[in-house]
Amino acid sequence: MSTTASSTASSTAIERRQISSSYLGEDFRLLSWLTTTDHKRIAVLYLVSITLFFFVGGTAAAFMRWNLISPDGMLRSDETYNRLFTMHGVIMVWFFLVPSIPVTLGNFCIPLMIGARDLAFPRINLLSWYLFVTAGMVVLYALFVGGVDVGWTFYPPLSTNYSNGYVLLAAIAIFVAGFSSIATGLNFIVTIHTLRAPGMTWTRLPVFVWSHYATSLLYVLATPVLAMTMVLLFFERLFRTGVFDARNGGDLLLFQHMFWFYSHPAVYIMILPGMGVVSEIIPCFSHKKLFGYDFVVWCSMAIAVIAFFVWGHHMFVSGQSLYASVVFSLMSYAVAVPSAIKVFNWIGTMHKGFIRFDAPMLYAIGFIGLFTSGGLTGLWLACLAADVHLSQTYFVVAHFHYVMVGGMVSAFFGGLHFWWPKITGRLYPEMWGRAAALIIFIGFNMTFAPQYILGYTGMPRRYASYPPQYQVLNVMSSAGASVLALGYLLPLFYLPWSLFRGPRSVANPWDATGLEWQTSSPPPTVNFYATPIVTWDPYDYKEPERQEQLDYHG
Amino acid sequence: MNFQLAVASNFAPAVDHILICLLVISGGMLLLVFWLMWSFMIRYRVGSPVDRGAIAQRTWRFEIAWTAATFVVFIGLFYWGAGVYLDEYQPPPGTMKISVVGKRWMWKIEQPGGQREINTLHIPVGQKIQLVLTSEDVIHDFAIPAFRVRHDVLPGRYETFWFTADVPGTYDFFCTQLCGAEHSHMRGQVVVMKPADYQRWLEQDGASQTLVAAGQSLFIQLGCSGCHNGGGTVRAPSLDGVYGGPVPLSDGTTVIADEAYLRDSILFPKKQIVASYQPVMPSFNGVISDADLEKLVAYIKSLGAESPP
Repeated sequence: MSTTASSTASSTAIERRQISSSYLGEDFRLLSWLTTTDHKRIAVLYLVSITLFFFVGGTAAAFMRWNLISPDGMLRSDETYNRLFTMHGVIMVWFFLVPSIPVTLGNFCIPLMIGARDLAFPRINLLSWYLFVTAGMVVLYALFVGGVDVGWTFYPPLSTNYSNGYVLLAAIAIFVAGFSSIATGLNFIVTIHTLRAPGMTWTRLPVFVWSHYATSLLYVLATPVLAMTMVLLFFERLFRTGVFDARNGGDLLLFQHMFWFYSHPAVYIMILPGMGVVSEIIPCFSHKKLFGYDFVVWCSMAIAVIAFFVWGHHMFVSGQSLYASVVFSLMSYAVAVPSAIKVFNWIGTMHKGFIRFDAPMLYAIGFIGLFTSGGLTGLWLACLAADVHLSQTYFVVAHFHYVMVGGMVSAFFGGLHFWWPKITGRLYPEMWGRAAALIIFIGFNMTFAPQYILGYTGMPRRYASYPPQYQVLNVMSSAGASVLALGYLLPLFYLPWSLFRGPRSVANPWDATGLEWQTSSPPPTVNFYATPIVTWDPYDYKEPERQEQLDYHG
Repeated sequence: MNFQLAVASNFAPAVDHILICLLVISGGMLLLVFWLMWSFMIRYRVGSPVDRGAIAQRTWRFEIAWTAATFVVFIGLFYWGAGVYLDEYQPPPGTMKISVVGKRWMWKIEQPGGQREINTLHIPVGQKIQLVLTSEDVIHDFAIPAFRVRHDVLPGRYETFWFTADVPGTYDFFCTQLCGAEHSHMRGQVVVMKPADYQRWLEQDGASQTLVAAGQSLFIQLGCSGCHNGGGTVRAPSLDGVYGGPVPLSDGTTVIADEAYLRDSILFPKKQIVASYQPVMPSFNGVISDADLEKLVAYIKSLGAESPP
């Protein structure tokens, strides 16, 4: 009796010591969080902020789907609908998808994965969060005082000479948010170059780190072009400078070229980190080395480079030169090759594995399915004559939602569940995690699969009202959206619940090989008490029986 | 349920063939991916006793094989799509040129003979048609899904594409480039007619359509649309379907809105006030010519006949 009591007491004491020595337990005051330079705490700050933006953007989408139940529009106001989809696009692109995985999971895991104590520039890391929050405040202010009605693409002359929305404020917000991206990208590049632990060579880096390296290159090289575009748009609207106006010696299409020169690489900013997450989860839950490590890494780098030469595929019907379109079509097919290779490698990893179906793995499998569907329809849109018919319709909407939402958001949720024990020191309820993964996969397909057909039959995007022949498919899509919304709301309840009630996690609950799993969960502020020395390859998943077979086959 | 789309131009079958090919390739790939994942998930689940043997060591053979295979397929798709695309935007000699002007939020169309129409495009079947497109304000896009053609419509530039309509009928066209508040109302219909019907239309309806089109421009120019189309600060009765119907007046009587009533209401608006509205409309007596008045009345009459544009 007494021994049991004393052992319980001592174990809680150990527990308490563990928490107080972790980065979470150091100091609970708000001020200490707001002035922290610890990459793990900044990741948590980011996680809270982007979750808020995800649900603001999601609410806008819910109203849009509700409006489209009726051909005349349930909102009865075209203007309101235009403001809703602009708000949805601006928030989801710049305040959720572009930062999402890098600033949360990347920020948290990269130093841990390479055996470093922090990022190279901890204070720049905090600065990037403040820039992000400032930009977020500006955009929320713009949206709540009246909103913007020009779509997230801001094409002039609608945005410069005709719109009566808060275009200037939105341009400022995007400009500032861009600097947050640049700061993060720069920080990651320098960190990965200079702070790797002894023995952590480039070929021993997890693919997650490689994908973030590729993403960071895009952050640093593409975002300045967006910043310039927003500055020019600002002055064009305010002073009619004429850069985008032929009557003053400018060019209307110049804006589109500059905008997509950023915004196409931005698509890969959004998807590369997701590929990185999946490349960690699949080997772990297949208990097998990643298939074709070198190819997966070089595919990430190839994507990052080719991504800069495909922007014109957004402009096949815009009035750019026909021959430019031909070149951009060819380049777009070229960039699709490495993405296809990655899919084959993930499946190759599952072959002959020991597959477990924990929630992160379900999200990762969902990612492969939805990303493949979205990627394959990308081939349709890269095909010039097909694009003429499909562009600017719901086919495009379905295509990029399959990649961005079905792909990226699934990867984000998968990664969040995978590293949740590491971040919080607690296990989430497994049954709820699996249920949410399944509901998201089903709800997602119910929402966006009908939109492929809508697009083929010609329904234009950004329509507040539509001809009645499109109603059936729209109602189907809206019904699916309610299932999808349920799937996204579930983690909002059970993840915070697990913070307080979830069972405590051991250092390595998944039996994974990354360095981040070798320190305690949650990690101490310094990450590693002694700098680790790496002597093994990544994804060094061994299984005794197979080891014998391997030896036998030589 | 309408999961199908009319195939109504020379380009429609060409584009559909490409789409079917893409559907077969994508469907095949997707099935392969799902089948592999599904079978691996079952066969190699953690409790499964299946003998896994040695894992593949020389993975580069697979990598080279599937890289090469995807590349060859992709080049084929690229070549096919580019051929049809270049054809669509390079009109052959001998096309019939029709002018299309986009303006927030309507399409003004002019036939080669000068007949004008709004949000409707009449064309003869079997004739090579070339649209010459420009915009008076922002960027629009003229898309005819049944023909599988579209192009952006830019201010200060003339863009063009061509097609031959193959099947008589009525097909939707849309503005598909966001152009402001009423973007989703900037749509209309292509009416494909047999050549003889088209000739008759040009001579008869085409002329009256021209009056209507001119009237619509005046309706906007003179500021009528500011109040009568709703949305403005001043409340005025909607004119949709007003012609030919009864109008309740503020003195309790009801009149039938015939042509004379429409003329009187424009020239002497204070004479007969519609019930529950304020007498705030200015008189246009002496402001517009008889010819313009005729166009304006023709336009207002057209609002009654069919569903409003």
